[in-house]
Amino acid sequence: MANKFLPHTEDDIRVMLEKIGVNSIDDLYSDVPAEVIFKEEYDIPSAMSEIELRRHFKELGEKNTTLTVFAGGGAYDHYSPSTVAHLLSRSEFYTAYTPYQPEISQGTLQYIFEYQSMISELTGMEATNASMYDGATAAAEVMFMMVNSAKKKDRVIISSTLSERVVDVIRTYAKFHGVKTDIIPEKEGVTDLDALAKMLEEGDVAGVIVPQPNKYGIIEDFSGLADTIHSAKGFLAMYCDPSALAVLRTPQEWGADVACGDGQTLGMPLSFGGPYLGFISCSTSMLRKMPGRVVGATKDADGKRGYVLTLQAREQHIRRQKATSNICSNQSLMALYATVYLSLMGKEGMKEVNRLACDGAHYLYDRLLATGKFTKAYDKPFLKEFVVKTDLDMEKINTRLLENGIMGGIILDNNRVEFAVTEKRTKEEIDKLVDLMVEE
Amino acid sequence: MKTYDKLIFELSKPGRKGFELPADNYATDGLSAIPSDLLRETPAELPEVSELDVVRHFTNLSNKNFGVDTGFYPLGSCTMKYNPKINEELAALPEFTSLHPLQDEKSAQGALELYWNLQNMLANLSGLAEFTLNPYAGAHGELTGLMVMRQYHMSRCDLKRTKVIVPNSAHGTNPASAMVAGLEVVEVKSKPNGSIDVEDLKPLLDDTIAGIMMTNPNTLGMFETEILEIARLVHEAGGLLYYDGANLNPLLGKVRPGDMGFDIMHINLHKTFSTPHGGGGPGSGPVGVASHLVKYLPNPHVKKDAEGKFHVEYGDDSLGNISTFLGNFGVMMKAYAYILTLGKENIRNVGPLATLNANYIKENLKDDYLLPIEGVCKHEFVFDGLKDKSTGVTTLNVAKRLLDYGFHAPTIYFPLLFHESMMIEPTETESKETLDEFIEVMHKVAKEAKENPQAVIDAPLTTIVRKLDETGAAKNPVLNYRALKNKEA
Repeated sequence: MANKFLPHTEDDIRVMLEKIGVNSIDDLYSDVPAEVIFKEEYDIPSAMSEIELRRHFKELGEKNTTLTVFAGGGAYDHYSPSTVAHLLSRSEFYTAYTPYQPEISQGTLQYIFEYQSMISELTGMEATNASMYDGATAAAEVMFMMVNSAKKKDRVIISSTLSERVVDVIRTYAKFHGVKTDIIPEKEGVTDLDALAKMLEEGDVAGVIVPQPNKYGIIEDFSGLADTIHSAKGFLAMYCDPSALAVLRTPQEWGADVACGDGQTLGMPLSFGGPYLGFISCSTSMLRKMPGRVVGATKDADGKRGYVLTLQAREQHIRRQKATSNICSNQSLMALYATVYLSLMGKEGMKEVNRLACDGAHYLYDRLLATGKFTKAYDKPFLKEFVVKTDLDMEKINTRLLENGIMGGIILDNNRVEFAVTEKRTKEEIDKLVDLMVEE
Repeated sequence: MKTYDKLIFELSKPGRKGFELPADNYATDGLSAIPSDLLRETPAELPEVSELDVVRHFTNLSNKNFGVDTGFYPLGSCTMKYNPKINEELAALPEFTSLHPLQDEKSAQGALELYWNLQNMLANLSGLAEFTLNPYAGAHGELTGLMVMRQYHMSRCDLKRTKVIVPNSAHGTNPASAMVAGLEVVEVKSKPNGSIDVEDLKPLLDDTIAGIMMTNPNTLGMFETEILEIARLVHEAGGLLYYDGANLNPLLGKVRPGDMGFDIMHINLHKTFSTPHGGGGPGSGPVGVASHLVKYLPNPHVKKDAEGKFHVEYGDDSLGNISTFLGNFGVMMKAYAYILTLGKENIRNVGPLATLNANYIKENLKDDYLLPIEGVCKHEFVFDGLKDKSTGVTTLNVAKRLLDYGFHAPTIYFPLLFHESMMIEPTETESKETLDEFIEVMHKVAKEAKENPQAVIDAPLTTIVRKLDETGAAKNPVLNYRALKNKEA
């Protein structure tokens, strides 16, 4: 019976069964109705040694292609310093359970505290939770948070310039929970603020969710928006790219009540879509409505600094069906990822990452327009992602790019395509991309 | 090392840096093209530290942590089994980690094949028709599964079915997930042995019931022997059965939830399938369903065509999207490697050995600790504190004393059926020697409780920090470095 994960020798089993007072392991299942005992063979492969397992993964890996990525759409090819993966591979971090026993979990608790501090620096908002699954589920929780904080209002309105992938998740949660959602139309690539003001007049809006930057990469101007929403007794939530917040006006500076988004941009591998990191920050006034875990600083019996999970009275394991969220974990290791990344990049590095990505994106934008085959889709400021118009057959072009090891832009419709550039791309790669696209 | 208590912010010195980036050789200045009122007014005060500062800081923090690699975790309902190292290495292969979730599926066939294989393995191991791997965690799986349940009834225009039955012994997440899914919770009572009271269930089963959420074995580690009768009753009343996979481990190799009549279930890959808990996540909570529910699974979904090519598809009958992309792919890779390592032969022994380990601990400790329910348990069992109630030593005291002796504490004060619950789950990866050491320490603590109760009440004494002021932390929350600096100033 012994296997490298199963340490029991025949002798161990015999002694243990004796102590229990049964004759066989099967006897431990004598209370199970015989008809539900599974007697067939499983339809899965036979055991593999590490050598065979490696070979199998190598074969699967060869069916994938690592591409030079010029697309975003919610996942960005940022660089992660080698140190991040090295520190994350410390098994004291990754084999730990949720820090329910704070005396032996100070490592986890402290990095979550540091994570909360850093995300709060980026958003400008006082309170950040210990993290969420991903940006979209964080946004869905923010929707609940606003409805639960508002008095007798059950409608949340969402800008159509927020990524459809995020909106779809919010609307799934809303559909089952009984929250009404409506979409604010867009005007020239940005949220139509006049239309939003009209929607607010109907009086039943608990909150508004807008993106920054938006799904076209545009940095929207939200001047006056918070006042408009607050005077209609609603809350403003901003869905942000936390990396970009190192340079962009913060949700707090825009007057938002809540910020959320996906932390994948903090150097996390693309990993075919996960694991990533959701975050929520809010003003102190909404703290007690915020879902998920929160770590707070405190002292121990000897007056030493320490950290604990706090405000747990809000959580599901205490409140059961009276809870306002069912979240009972966080994306802890990915929060550590973000913390180590932000520690290394620091105050200046985060500005430089944005500067490099922004300069690369503008260089690509200018080169595309210069070919005469692409035109501006919107004349709005952008950081690392943008949309252009073209009459070229982009499906055909993207196939050609793929054959050359490049992931081209995301095709939005017949004549609009969206590109993203990060600090990993070089001028030479951009030149090659443009040349390949316009070649006859 | 143990005295290290600095925050990374306190190592910061203006002008120091921990990164190098390529020179900016673009002639363009993109940031200057952005109007200044769209840029932040004051910089984010992130630390300015060297690479070595960062390495030492986080290495020191790791030394303040207990993990499965440090020692034994008898943590009930958490299935803290060993996290194989090869899985970590395979999941970090750049051929997979570099894949963009939206890249052409032709260029990601290997990843999709892995995804599809894992879907099918889980289906086979569970006796269900099909799985989605999109949910990010157990609670997310529960929510997704309940959405499937509601979507099924809604698609049949059976709109009255808005209630879900949950045993009063269930994990707190069950009722909370039901609430988020828009379902009203109806509690069904447990019998003294913790199993569902079928007589109490019968009158609850009317045409407003969407289904029932159960775990089997239940939260006391006892098998629900009347499961087939419960399944018959719930199905006859038009409801569906949801299986909470939190307690799946003892059944692996022995019983499949689908064969017990469950229609929907979630699996915690970070429990039964060995992926690390990561200090709280990332996990993965795949949801499986019986054949009549497949079309309601969330979008997107991975399918294989007649030519053996894999595709990412969107179905019209689906309940919608519950994740940005295809879930925590990096976690799935580890679970897949684990199943392949055990293979169809060894996986049969997982549940039985987990059950053997739990019963062995229970039989060895029941003279010192109060066992409220006699009989064979499955992967876990519950003590109602120390048997000798005269010492004043509580379950919390015992838990904290265990930390002094180098063990993690059991799950405490859950389930809520007893006042001094202490829930113990050893998992199959622990050897008899480890269990014997734990048993010996548990005896020692029981003896201390009699002879020197104050030593137990004052515990922990040897940990890096001692008892922390949790009340103060909740009363005046200090949630970030800025607030802490202000408070300490």
